[in-house]
Amino acid sequence: MSEMQATAMKTARPVGIWGYGAYVPRYRLAATEVARVWQGGKDHLPIKEKAVPGPDEDTVTMSIEAARNALARAAIDATQLGAVWVGSESHPYAVKPSGTIVAEAIGATPYVLAADLEFACKAGTEALQMALALVGSGMADFALAIGADTAQGRPGDELEYTAGAGSAAFVIGPADGCLARIEASLSYSSDTPDFFRRNGQRYPRHSGRFTGEPGYFGHVLPAARALLESLGRTAADYDAIVVHQPNRKFPARAAAELGFSPEQVKLGTLVDQIGNTYAGSSLLGLAAVLDEAEPGARILLVSFGSGAGSDAVSLVVGEGIKERRNLSPRTRDYLGRRVPIDYALYARYRGKLATE
Amino acid sequence: MALQLSREWRQRVQRYQLVGGRCSSCGRLTFPRRPVCPDCGSEKTEDFRFSGRGEVYSYATMYKAPVGFEQDIPYVVALVKLAEGPLITAELTDVEESDVSIGMPVEAVTRRWREHGPDGPIVYGYKFRPLLRPVSPG
Amino acid sequence: MSMLKGNDVYIIGLGAVPVGEHWNRSLRDLAVQAVRAALADSGGAKPGALFVGNMLAPYLSDQEHLGALVADWSGLRGIEAVNTEAACASGGMALRQGYLAVRSGAHRAVVVLGVEKMTDSVNGCTTAGLAMAADAEYEAAVGLSFVALNALLMRRYMYEFGARKEDFAAFAINAHRNAVGNPLAMFRKPIDERTYMGAAVVADPINLMDSSPVADGAAALVLADAETAEHLCSRPVRIAASAVATDSLALQDRRRLLELDAARLSAERAFEMAGKGREEMDFLELHDAFTIMSVLSLEACGYAAKGEGFRLGSEVGRSGRLPICTMGGLKARGHPVGATGVYQALEAALQLRGDAGACQVVGARVGMTQNIGGSGATVVTHILEAV
Repeated sequence: MSEMQATAMKTARPVGIWGYGAYVPRYRLAATEVARVWQGGKDHLPIKEKAVPGPDEDTVTMSIEAARNALARAAIDATQLGAVWVGSESHPYAVKPSGTIVAEAIGATPYVLAADLEFACKAGTEALQMALALVGSGMADFALAIGADTAQGRPGDELEYTAGAGSAAFVIGPADGCLARIEASLSYSSDTPDFFRRNGQRYPRHSGRFTGEPGYFGHVLPAARALLESLGRTAADYDAIVVHQPNRKFPARAAAELGFSPEQVKLGTLVDQIGNTYAGSSLLGLAAVLDEAEPGARILLVSFGSGAGSDAVSLVVGEGIKERRNLSPRTRDYLGRRVPIDYALYARYRGKLATE
Repeated sequence: MALQLSREWRQRVQRYQLVGGRCSSCGRLTFPRRPVCPDCGSEKTEDFRFSGRGEVYSYATMYKAPVGFEQDIPYVVALVKLAEGPLITAELTDVEESDVSIGMPVEAVTRRWREHGPDGPIVYGYKFRPLLRPVSPG
Repeated sequence: MSMLKGNDVYIIGLGAVPVGEHWNRSLRDLAVQAVRAALADSGGAKPGALFVGNMLAPYLSDQEHLGALVADWSGLRGIEAVNTEAACASGGMALRQGYLAVRSGAHRAVVVLGVEKMTDSVNGCTTAGLAMAADAEYEAAVGLSFVALNALLMRRYMYEFGARKEDFAAFAINAHRNAVGNPLAMFRKPIDERTYMGAAVVADPINLMDSSPVADGAAALVLADAETAEHLCSRPVRIAASAVATDSLALQDRRRLLELDAARLSAERAFEMAGKGREEMDFLELHDAFTIMSVLSLEACGYAAKGEGFRLGSEVGRSGRLPICTMGGLKARGHPVGATGVYQALEAALQLRGDAGACQVVGARVGMTQNIGGSGATVVTHILEAV
């Protein structure tokens, strides 16, 4: 039990979100399908359905589309970006950054930082923290942070119900001109092996209920509480909370324990419709909230990544949001675009059928 | 076919950003960019970035694929008439064959084309899909 | 034989292997057999050069440098030899080169060979090889096969002109019927409309009966000048015209998608060179790689207005107004790609000699062959005339 006094992180100059973008593939695998194949149809279902990437999609392609959507809202030229950072646990290459491919595709090269992050489901918000720092320090005027995943679920494992695919991208810039201002952020990390994957292994291992208390709640709650306390705030000061969403229950319980009402967590919780999009999860929830939020709304974002850690960010929506959010597809445009597939097609698309 | 790293790499911006050419003399647009304008014969051409909007001009469904494209079978290929004029050849994605029609509006996206084996580079490029959001007037 | 004119070029020898799957014959085996047969048929011509037409040997057989290889293996070591490649028009192009060599006076007699060995490779490789006739960067690289390109043409044609699938049946049926008496043909049984309509889809709207079969083949001709022809041959066939035109490789770059400009240009040049009108052709050996190509070729050569070609289906039989593919065409005789152009010329020569047997077009005096590379990027047209 640490006695450390937590202080919120604040940038040297004020920063904010200039643009945000989402992407979710169109295919959906119903949890009932997973249950049908592995449990004879009987099982408790943690979500309704999850998003499945098509055979021509991966973390890079999804990042590119989310990034293009974010840039359109930001209305800046990609060459103004000082960094393109992609957080994922399913980068297509083990060595060769998704970041450079995305940067080239959106036209941000060559004078740009481009790299990959890995921190399980919080690699995206880790990139976000770095973007806040790069812009906040004055090293660059704009930075792009992306969380994207097409993480694999081990066939027959309980996480197969929820391992989904999606991405969200955020352009960070100076607060003056942004559509949502960052108030402060805070990160909470520890060496906790609740879910991990060794090099060369195809599927991750996880430790069941250990992922809950010492894992998820053991980081989400302290991070959120520390940030709130540091800012002298409570749940009542917020219009919405977005929490990492590995299933239906965890974000609901975390929000409740932090004093938030079901209404405050509802808008940013998409897991029932698209599953756990891993590094895209909390960022997609944030995009969904920004799609609807009114100027002046205050939002608390709390991510979680196994391994383990949580990033908490407090932000306030600005006037600019109303016109700029129409410049790109909304999160619900992607959610509404759904094509149900069966387990066989899912297994084929996800490369689970050995052809040699 | 042998792995050709630099050949794929050379094409990357054209493939990611749909960059073709414009004749500086007569304004004729082409995809790809050509060293000699097919209309006026001028050698003065410059890069031109297409918007990615277009419509299906013709299409066909493939059930047997060339090496490297098997994972997409069955897939629809099309000649797309770009909004700016030229025709481009590409796969369609995120669409069933039965939903494709000549004249259907489409937009460009960047997707995986193929990989050069499980340990070779992944090639990304342009494909076209039905509009995610219908175009609203004005 | 005073009909043989000074610098004209004559076909004086024919030789070929049947088109098919020759598991026991290699590329060079097939080549040698055709060359030796043509030389024997020529009455002992001594060629000064060998022109080989082949497309896929480098990709499917790891073999380039076919000119020297075939010359040596055919017992012609030392003569001039070269391979010409123009995708599926390689054979026609070899004939063109042979024609130029004799016409120019560079050689008194030459051998023209078209050879292709396709059955050693597996499907994916054959498809990839054929796609090299298309634009590698903008058609093959984006995932299209050669069949798909023709399917794009067929679908657009049907959309613009209201042609239905069944309107193309006559072209496939005609080809198969015409192959019945051709010992060189791969398929020698007739088909009917039910077979055509019920065939497996390859790339919609193209089905198996729209598509010519790929296979192994080798066909050779001996060309000679007038003096040599007079000396050696009792039934020479005169090459009255030889013309080549090109177009963009990629369909997307065509002036008009459904107009084969290269076919039109090379046909026009050939008619002019021969001093003959299109109505004087007694038969056409068209490049029916796919039924849509027959239709577009007929329009390009001026036998039908744009969009009307499909209506000629009932007129293209051997006893019709406009006989095409008189010994099976690519569809039934087969399409060993680089060799096809020489098979076309060989069949035309058989017709003009009166040696086509059960396939004879009665009274044939003048015939046209048109060999197409890719989806229309190279077109080689020859007009042959009985002497």
